Amino acid sequence: MKRNIIFPVKNYKFEDLAAGDEVTISGSIYVARDAAHKNLVRAIEEGEKLPVQIEGGLIYYMGPSPAPEGQIIGSCGPTTSSRMDRYTLPLLELGLKATMGKGGRDSEVASACRKFGAIYLVTYGGCGAYLRKFVKKSEVIAYPELGPEAVYKLDVKDFPALVGIDIKGNNLYNK
Amino acid sequence: MKKISCSKIIETVSLLVSETSRVLPEEVKELLKKSFFHEDNALSRKYLGIILENIEIAEKEKVPVCQDTGLAVFFVRQGAGVIVDTGEFPSLEDVINEGLRIGSRKGYLRNSVVDPVDRSNTKDNGPGIIHFLEGRKEEFEISLIAKGFGSENTSALRMMSPTAGKEGVECFIVDTVRNAGSLPCPPIFVGVGIGGSFEKAALLSKSALCNMGRDSRYRDWERQVLEKINGLGIGAGGFGGRTTALDLRIETFPTHIAGLPVAVNISCWAHRHGSVRL
Repeated sequence: MKRNIIFPVKNYKFEDLAAGDEVTISGSIYVARDAAHKNLVRAIEEGEKLPVQIEGGLIYYMGPSPAPEGQIIGSCGPTTSSRMDRYTLPLLELGLKATMGKGGRDSEVASACRKFGAIYLVTYGGCGAYLRKFVKKSEVIAYPELGPEAVYKLDVKDFPALVGIDIKGNNLYNK
Repeated sequence: MKKISCSKIIETVSLLVSETSRVLPEEVKELLKKSFFHEDNALSRKYLGIILENIEIAEKEKVPVCQDTGLAVFFVRQGAGVIVDTGEFPSLEDVINEGLRIGSRKGYLRNSVVDPVDRSNTKDNGPGIIHFLEGRKEEFEISLIAKGFGSENTSALRMMSPTAGKEGVECFIVDTVRNAGSLPCPPIFVGVGIGGSFEKAALLSKSALCNMGRDSRYRDWERQVLEKINGLGIGAGGFGGRTTALDLRIETFPTHIAGLPVAVNISCWAHRHGSVRL
């Protein structure tokens, strides 16, 4: 039975999840990629208030294509996670509990997942047309000037993913 | 003399841009289907199944296959017997870029193009990279590769020793794919440019990727290197298995006695390219 994780998480600690497990994601998640991460981490370093409430949250590494007339979102598959490795630790320190993207990541991210009880999820690269059907709502909530790199908030239901790194720091890609 | 109007070119490029983003070439689809049936690794196979479903949805629902609709790279082949009326535009380059902008808007492509230094977005998905090539007499052909950058980032160029030989070249290709690992959305396509100068090797590798000037002398070698790559066990999505690369294509050009430039250009499985003759 696939575990359905509802974000933001409150008391759930991901203890039953191991790298390689299939899961589904529901609830409310954030979307951010390179430029937005640079802004977020700069804000943290300068002691500013973040434009998002990341406690218990999930950040999906993605930049959607525009929604066709009357539709919720365009193509919305994951981007390469390793580019966000250097920005991940400060966000986990603030209580972010999950990240989602595609591809392997640095061993430092795995150590950080172990330390902070966080997980890294992997979803299907290049499959943005397929993944859009799991997105129920989409809105830009920060850095609109970044265009496709803005921070979005998505409502998702049963969005498919795999556990890439579990809370013990085990890595799907090192198996 | 053959005359082609700028409106014809704009219309053609616009359609090529939007179609290429949502309909993969038949050969790409066939290779993916074949790998789905041959893959034993359960997770890789599941991913390949979702890839095939994704391709169908993109065509049916008219949305891009992938949200990274890529950087548009054009190869324009024009013969001496063709005159292009560029109309109000100063150059053919501007005409093609106008087609790119219109096609990107109509096809709901992502605006993925920024200034390289200040990173400000051009907001219209242009300009494209346009290479002009000499064509035969009345030939006029525009080819497009919509190049995703997850895979472009894992490409590499090396100025090798002239004595490195085929073994050296092979090592470099396989190492590049190994280092790329799960990052470029495998199963990948590999374009290899061997020889020429620094920039020529890079250009050859891109053209090889689109199967434009593949050197038939190296078909056996291509198969051998492809086999080595598929022995790496990276698999679809990096999940393990035998499907790491779908095809490998080599283009060559004579080079200098002191050198051996080799470029390896990688494409994700969503290898979006197409061409139109006018």
